[in-house]
Amino acid sequence: MTDLTKMTLAGALDGMAKGEFSSVDLTEAHITACEAATGLNAFITPTFDLARAQAAASDMRRKSGDVGRLEGAPLGMKDLFCTEGVKTTAASKILGDFTPPYESTVSANMKADGMVMLGKLNLDQFAMGSANETSCFGPVINPWRNGEDLVPGGSSGGSASAVAADLCLGATATDTGGSIRQPASFTGTVGIKPTYGRCSRYGIVAFASSLDQAGPIAKTVEDAAILLQSMAGYDAKDSTSLNETVPDWRAACGQSVKGLRVGVPKEYTIDGMPKEIEDLWAEGIEWMRDAGAEIVDVSLPHTKYALPVYYVVAPAEASSNLARYDGMRYGLRVDGENLADTYERTRTEGFGDEVRRRIMIGTYVLSAGYYDAYYLRAQKVRTKIADDFRNAWETCDVLLTPTAPSAAFAVGRKINDPVQMYLNDVFTVTANLAGLPGISVPAALDGSGLPLGLQIIGKALDESTVFTAAGALEKAAGFTAKPSKWWS
Amino acid sequence: MFIAPRVADKKDWLSGETGDWELIIGLEVHAQIASKSKLFSGASTEFGAAPNTQVALVDAGLPGMLPVVNEFCVEQAVRTGLGLNAQINKFSRFDRKNYFYVDLPQGYQISQFEFPVVGEGEIEITPEDGEPVIVGIERLHLEQDAGKSVHDLSPDETYVDLNRSGVALMEIVSKPDMRSAAEASAYVDALRQIVRALGTCDGDMEKGNLRADVNVSVRRPGGELGTRCEIKNVNSLRFIRQAIHYEARRHIEILEAGGEIDQETRLFDNVKGETRTMRSKEDAHDYRYFPDPDLLPLELTDEFIAKIKADLPELPEARKARFVEQYGVPAYDAGVLTADKATGDYFEALAAGRDAKIASNWMMGELFGALNNAELGLADSPISAEALGGLIDRISDKTISGKIAKDVFGKMLAGEGTADTIIERDGLKQVTDMGAIEGFVDEVIAANPDQVEKAKQNPKLLGFFVGQVMKKSQGKANPKAVNDLLRSKLGL
Repeated sequence: MTDLTKMTLAGALDGMAKGEFSSVDLTEAHITACEAATGLNAFITPTFDLARAQAAASDMRRKSGDVGRLEGAPLGMKDLFCTEGVKTTAASKILGDFTPPYESTVSANMKADGMVMLGKLNLDQFAMGSANETSCFGPVINPWRNGEDLVPGGSSGGSASAVAADLCLGATATDTGGSIRQPASFTGTVGIKPTYGRCSRYGIVAFASSLDQAGPIAKTVEDAAILLQSMAGYDAKDSTSLNETVPDWRAACGQSVKGLRVGVPKEYTIDGMPKEIEDLWAEGIEWMRDAGAEIVDVSLPHTKYALPVYYVVAPAEASSNLARYDGMRYGLRVDGENLADTYERTRTEGFGDEVRRRIMIGTYVLSAGYYDAYYLRAQKVRTKIADDFRNAWETCDVLLTPTAPSAAFAVGRKINDPVQMYLNDVFTVTANLAGLPGISVPAALDGSGLPLGLQIIGKALDESTVFTAAGALEKAAGFTAKPSKWWS
Repeated sequence: MFIAPRVADKKDWLSGETGDWELIIGLEVHAQIASKSKLFSGASTEFGAAPNTQVALVDAGLPGMLPVVNEFCVEQAVRTGLGLNAQINKFSRFDRKNYFYVDLPQGYQISQFEFPVVGEGEIEITPEDGEPVIVGIERLHLEQDAGKSVHDLSPDETYVDLNRSGVALMEIVSKPDMRSAAEASAYVDALRQIVRALGTCDGDMEKGNLRADVNVSVRRPGGELGTRCEIKNVNSLRFIRQAIHYEARRHIEILEAGGEIDQETRLFDNVKGETRTMRSKEDAHDYRYFPDPDLLPLELTDEFIAKIKADLPELPEARKARFVEQYGVPAYDAGVLTADKATGDYFEALAAGRDAKIASNWMMGELFGALNNAELGLADSPISAEALGGLIDRISDKTISGKIAKDVFGKMLAGEGTADTIIERDGLKQVTDMGAIEGFVDEVIAANPDQVEKAKQNPKLLGFFVGQVMKKSQGKANPKAVNDLLRSKLGL
């Protein structure tokens, strides 16, 4: 029998449809792979028994002709999505053994489509981080190596690592400043953050509400389209959810880019960025040109302010969103001498350094006397950044940029240098600030054999064109490399 | 920010050792919206449920839970705004007010800070002892209530009831336009009547669904504004007056002793009738308001506002004026009769086709007196407007006298039936047969020769004879006929 974990999601759905193997076969193969890969630390809470039961139920459904979009596919769930009856931690200590009595809309959609959930995937604590090192369950290790343990990127490091190591056919993730796309780039996987409002935020542990958006990490562009199709959709329980129909994105993946206007924003480069990334970007431009696209030079003049704006807005919202973790109703509680002391001890012990740092930054920028200079100004610049994109769309349909300014780096390298760490998001935060869809597609290996991704950013609600461009990029890049299976 | 051009009536000036002082009062009234579900969740708002039984996931601040605005509550805020003759803002926004407390599960209250749904307006109030005054409304905004901390169940633990968490409130902020405790209490009473007439709030201060934060300062009459103190959560009209009196005296004493008023938030102790410091300005929270990213701004259409406007009921002030005009009742009575919608409706049903003066006298005298004694509200009255009207009709058509009617009323109150049933059963029909009455009159005159002589000197003794005749007729004789007959027979 072929190794079922090497399949794509599309291939596996097809194989099950043809009766070549069952969901139980597929699920067992992935459970075996997961059990052999504990060294990657991709899972916080495996749910193998649940997965087996779901797979068996799925096979039964299939027999009765009831086949959902994700029928029988074993997938991973970032542990930021609340899952009914399954512990949800956000990789934090403060949530303790919190087990939600409710299901996030995204995971509920996927369940309804027949998903098999292998477990809850590791992440940066409260999705705050770019290397998956802030998890209180330990760092996730990238399956790709160059002699030492590397980070998988973050915050969706568990999702990226699990998909890259063939532990699941695809995984959910969330992206507030690049948390889907940067780990996808670091692990040779595909990751898309859709338009803000495409996926409901209901039941996703909030980091920064105006930026948070769910999306998948997958093995191929087509797989990403299949997964997003299931995750997305209007939800009345999220006031910021968009009441728009979800088009057939899978069909968009194979379309031609002939005549598509691909913008190349000159601002998407930083000092010290490896030449290999510059070169890969140039190569990507040629690929798109060769595929029939028209290349257009564009300027997004406020790009340089995006990262500072992000690191004002996101912590501001986070400082408020995380106020509910006070030890009073659920999760960790460290009793103190009085109420204020209990709050202080609970939150000091329950939150990691990075989360505390962001809460403090956020509290500061919202404080009386600083609000105008930081939060309000950041919101004004955010509008300018969105305007930049609007102007760009007058001359192009999508943008092509590098996803991240580096390849995966060693565990521990940047954890004590927040500014260096924050720079990881420099090319991805713009799409969050403007609410636009962005996808990272693996394009090549660098000199040390590590994957690098390129990013396509599209117009709001135009994921179809993003998938089309990404499909063309994927085809041209012909990226088929897999990490050597050193972990088992 | 505020100016206070109106100077109080001299009668409202407070005299101190060094001269007169004038009170400046502004109020922030929190009115709970009469809505079945909360501002951002579907949980019930029913009063008096067991603790923590009416709590949606979002009300308890569970991870990933999101607020969704209850459109009905928005409608009530707009209704109230229109009732306050106020500007309705087509664009408004929800903000987060951040602070930590055990009864605030999210760690922030969703409120409207920069852009309230209702802007400036004004209402006319009539204080008990004075002339009508116009009080400006600064704004009305929507916000969610916090839960309730219960400190008295255990000596060393605090319990939290989240039933109230997320309940919709309208915070109605007045301009500092009140100059006496009477005006402040008349203002709150007027607001209460307006929201009750509109049906947007039950206005029940005892249940806490209408409560006031009172801002008090003093100044020399017409002079510069003083430093204000805010007295939190005062929950009856009487306490509002007491708190203001106490606070004004406290300010005057401090100022006259050469001291300064600290701007602070104070609590009213309704047992001692005093206010005391809750927190000083230095301890004031920095609420770090910012727009709630979980909610879209509220954008109202002209049609939405117009539809609410078209449905507005007659408001108490307008109804009062109409009662004076249409029924000819005195302004004071009209005020009492329009105090709430049910009272006004009762009166209008009673007065329809009857003498309005008699109707209002019966209602405000006998009925309110009886209900008061029985500690009943009008809604629980054992006598409906129709039944009371039936009784009044028997007086008007002279079937019974006013005096007998009072007895019949007592029996109606006891649930013995309609006026007609009781009159019939007890044989209370007035005797108008002149022959029968003459018989009684003659008997009485014959039995009291001395009194007859005296009465001729002193006509006031007529009353004695009337009483005797009525007694003989068991109260059923027509009093006018008795009077006329006695006068002629006694030669008065």
